[in-house]
Amino acid sequence: MNKSADIKITDLRERYRSGVLKYRQMGYWEPDYEPKDTDILAVFRISPQDGVDPEEAAAAVAGESSTATWTVVWTDRLTDSEYYRAKAYRIEPVPGQPGQWFAYIAYDLDLFEEGSIANLTASIIGNVFGFKPLKGLRLEDMRIPPHYLKTFQGPATGIVAERERIGVYGRPLLGATMKPKLGLSGRNYGRVVYEALKGGLDFTKDDENINSQPFMHWRDRYLYCMEGVNKAMAETGEIKGTYLNVTAATMEDMYERAEFARSLGSIIVMIDLVIGYTAIQSMAKWARRNDMILHLHRAGHSTYTRQKNHGVSFRVIAKWMRMAGVDHIHAGTVVGKLEGDPNVIAGIYDTCRENHVSRNLQHGIFFDQPWASLKKLMPVASGGIHAGQMHQLLGYLGEDVVLQFGGGTIGHPMGIQAGATANRVALETMVKARNEGRDIWREGPAILSEAARWCQPLRAALDTWKDVTFDYASTDSVDYVPTPTPA
Amino acid sequence: MKITQGQFSFLPDLTDAEIRLQVQYALDNGWALAVEHTDDPHPRNSYWSMWGNPMFDLRDAAGVMMELDACRREHGLSYIRVMAFDSRKGWESIRMSFVVNRPADEPGFELVRTEGEGRSVHYTLRSYATSRPSGARY
Repeated sequence: MNKSADIKITDLRERYRSGVLKYRQMGYWEPDYEPKDTDILAVFRISPQDGVDPEEAAAAVAGESSTATWTVVWTDRLTDSEYYRAKAYRIEPVPGQPGQWFAYIAYDLDLFEEGSIANLTASIIGNVFGFKPLKGLRLEDMRIPPHYLKTFQGPATGIVAERERIGVYGRPLLGATMKPKLGLSGRNYGRVVYEALKGGLDFTKDDENINSQPFMHWRDRYLYCMEGVNKAMAETGEIKGTYLNVTAATMEDMYERAEFARSLGSIIVMIDLVIGYTAIQSMAKWARRNDMILHLHRAGHSTYTRQKNHGVSFRVIAKWMRMAGVDHIHAGTVVGKLEGDPNVIAGIYDTCRENHVSRNLQHGIFFDQPWASLKKLMPVASGGIHAGQMHQLLGYLGEDVVLQFGGGTIGHPMGIQAGATANRVALETMVKARNEGRDIWREGPAILSEAARWCQPLRAALDTWKDVTFDYASTDSVDYVPTPTPA
Repeated sequence: MKITQGQFSFLPDLTDAEIRLQVQYALDNGWALAVEHTDDPHPRNSYWSMWGNPMFDLRDAAGVMMELDACRREHGLSYIRVMAFDSRKGWESIRMSFVVNRPADEPGFELVRTEGEGRSVHYTLRSYATSRPSGARY
């Protein structure tokens, strides 16, 4: 630790002699550094190769994600290089994970272009993720200071304006993804939209891979879907929407599709995460200009969010997406078929919805994060959930969430409308019971059974899916507490 | 048809005892209750008539129930809803809204289609009831 090879070289002639230095010697490890209020902070989980000292590894991450290259360059002396260097300022061993450390790194605000997720991520998750001296690297969390946050638009619509626009308050919104996700003709597809909305859902949704395929081109889908939406509105007196996926090969195509959706009176369009950060920001600005709710499907994220030893935590992706300006983001269900440890999910939901998120290591939140009045991002719970879990869903996820029951609506034995009705009745029953002061966590199944006495579709839903759970250990859990299993 | 706006329209009509519990929940959260009524239930009719201002300084659910009773006596053939307003930073909007009175007969809406070019259709919802003047609709 105190060896001269391990500390920053302050003699400038020595520091800039041609050759290779350790990152610590170059100045990327600053254990005494006090982060400034304006700094962007990141915490990485680092797994150094055998024989690589963790402090050196942390310094290398700071270096490779900011100004460094592998060797000394004299051109550093043309700039205020001290100022531009990212500084690794703390490391902590990961509890219960030998060989892994949390490395805290501070980046000056001037390293980043205002309002650009692409620029931010090109540094933070750029070359550094392939750096050989590390076996693995994971971006666990970031603190974005208000000074930088305020250069981003934030959600185009936000939870409050979305609710005012569709006139639904005090309960989670209900949705369903159309199934089968591929192969339906436009006319048949619109039928499913109509039935699900008429039965009681607020939203239906294209799946991530529905774009414009031989079985159904996009214009055809939009036209039939809007017929379904408007018919259901007339028959219920409620505002309804369907997430028309505008994902396409080019921005020009996406704008064309989005404009057409708008011209048909759709209140919402959707995009996939795979279109990339810049395209997402472009669509968020389009959505703000056009009073459109923008749904984001997180297609692709599990390739880098799920394993703890390498990649990017989804809570960071959620943070970037709130900055980028989408209105909905799939954020986990806890109880459904997809990855979702309860504590991790709580941290992600807070990141989407709160105006101030406090450091909470049990939830995977490493920094206090003020959101500086950026609008709230509506989390979406989707994937293997059904009416019988309504008490758990409301308990875990709260009220400001879209609960999406795809199979749990369309697979109902009495039909799609009945499936939608079962979900709506279960939801309203549970919200009412919660507000009345009942302990829904404990009494949930009994509360649903009571309602099923007068609601046959709910009875059928409970009977069909009563034993369905996805009770597997989470791969993405928090290391500060034992990982609980959802009830 | 039954118009299903509001938090609890898929449930059997709430009794007064049940309404009172919901009102109490809102009060416990520090929200201000309001009673509104309309005979134009179009889903984009944001502004129903206010039965007075939101009751900002009220602490007892009984007060809201009295106002609701008075509104029902005068507008028993209309839709009446109870709403809760949250003034807290970051919300500053409605947190609850549920229908507590509705006409016995709800004729619903006609879906008016105006066909345009390229197979596109412009849709309008027209309430059957609003073809008559306000006050003579239900």
